[in-house]
Amino acid sequence: MNIMIEIFNLEFMRNAFMAGIILSPVLAVVSFFVVLRRLSFVGVGVAHSAFGGIALGFLLGISPTLTAIAFAIAVSNAIGYISRHGRLSADTAIGIFFALAMALGVIFIGMSDQYNVDLFGYLFGNILAITGEDLITIALLGGLVLISIFLLFKELLFVSFDREVALVSGIPVAFLDHFFLTILAVSVVISMKIVGIILVSALLVIPGAAASQITDRYIPMIATAIAIALISTVGGLMFSYYADLASGATIVTLSSIIFFILFIVGKFRK
Amino acid sequence: MINHETEVENKKAVFVDLQDVWVSYYKKWVLKSIYLKCYQGEIFGIVGPNGGGKSTLLKVILGLVRPQKGVVNLFGHKPDKHNRLEVGYLPQISKADRSFPVTVLDVVLMGLYNRLGFFKRPGNRSREVAMEMLSEINMADHAGKPFGNLSGGQQQRVHIARALASKPKLLVLDEPSTGVDSVAQEDFYELLVKFRDEMNISVIMVSHDIGVITAHADRIACLNLQIHYHGEPDPCFEPEIMQKLYGKDLNVMVHDSKCVTCFKKHEHND
Repeated sequence: MNIMIEIFNLEFMRNAFMAGIILSPVLAVVSFFVVLRRLSFVGVGVAHSAFGGIALGFLLGISPTLTAIAFAIAVSNAIGYISRHGRLSADTAIGIFFALAMALGVIFIGMSDQYNVDLFGYLFGNILAITGEDLITIALLGGLVLISIFLLFKELLFVSFDREVALVSGIPVAFLDHFFLTILAVSVVISMKIVGIILVSALLVIPGAAASQITDRYIPMIATAIAIALISTVGGLMFSYYADLASGATIVTLSSIIFFILFIVGKFRK
Repeated sequence: MINHETEVENKKAVFVDLQDVWVSYYKKWVLKSIYLKCYQGEIFGIVGPNGGGKSTLLKVILGLVRPQKGVVNLFGHKPDKHNRLEVGYLPQISKADRSFPVTVLDVVLMGLYNRLGFFKRPGNRSREVAMEMLSEINMADHAGKPFGNLSGGQQQRVHIARALASKPKLLVLDEPSTGVDSVAQEDFYELLVKFRDEMNISVIMVSHDIGVITAHADRIACLNLQIHYHGEPDPCFEPEIMQKLYGKDLNVMVHDSKCVTCFKKHEHND
């Protein structure tokens, strides 16, 4: 009990918990669609592209979150556009943009005169760095993501279920593709501070993937995914504090353990 | 070009009218000078080998592919997202993900999304319409079951219910016999005939399976880049036409006219 009180007396831990709690429903709902639409590798690519954006922010001396969002949105939509219009698969497009954005990031960091940039923190997460201002950004953008998905839920579900039929029946499939890629990009950037660029894509897959092992209807699946995201972030933060482990890595490891448990439960259920 | 249009057909409304339609992909013609008419209340079958342009022809009819040359009319107008609302579309059965977290009722409700418009959720009225459609196909008892648990034949009937939920005038089917056993196929075609008679809809279906089409269509066209035959189904296909369609290694077996598989293709693998 003392440990609990100790944790909540620390401002940075309070901020980290708040961020985790606000992000959980966002991660859950986005991962639900990432799993259904098989976009997990797009998530990886977009997360890495955010690195280029962060470096650009440092170079220009403006908010890295802002440039990261701009970069991630541009890259995710470019991946979507190229895979639809070019003679390339999404997979190839991601492979190219992923590397390009990282390379640009390294170049931008090299060009900037700031030598004390916390690169490791951006790559693997740094909960100490979550400020009150960050919380407001996370809450506002996270809220926007949730509201827009709520409003377009039935169309997104239809397109994920059967693209071709949705297209013929007049659903604006291309618009929804780009809409979801934008949502994905925003979710990546706001989740980045807590688990880092390298690990954030895991949280955009695991809650939905784990929930899909034990449910076969979408509302229970989303509810389960939210619970999994909450347990992973809150539980992971607590455990990492107690055991003195890296918080982002602990959160991702805990969520993976939940996935494997539910995977086994799902096998027995059938 | 053979054109068998009788006096009776001329009195009925023309739902689909293609005149001298040419389509090419990457400088190769996939459809050459296609003339085709589909009238209200008829089941129109299009047979031909894979790669013969069947799917492209459907896309032309739906307005998803614009021909390089020629005139396409759907209900008397150029096909667009407005008159496409009057079309129910059934893709090949394999395209929908079997583990997708929706119930049978959810799938039928998707057929009503385009009428609901953005931001609106299906309410009680939509549910009633969807349940009526499920009763029509004798699957009301399955409404709450996961869609993925159904057999191929049942899934196909649910797709029919979805396609017809918004009361279209025309039903377009792509390879309706894929992944469905022969007993379920018979039920399925009986349903098509029933809906044609009750709702006075037209059906256009494409298949590489000649037996299925000849047994159930009111009129047929055979397609291999060009339309080779156009008229009422004849249990005895002209050998020259069959050879143009499927090549020389074809074994034609003639049974009585009620037989589903009148024609067996000799080692014709897709």
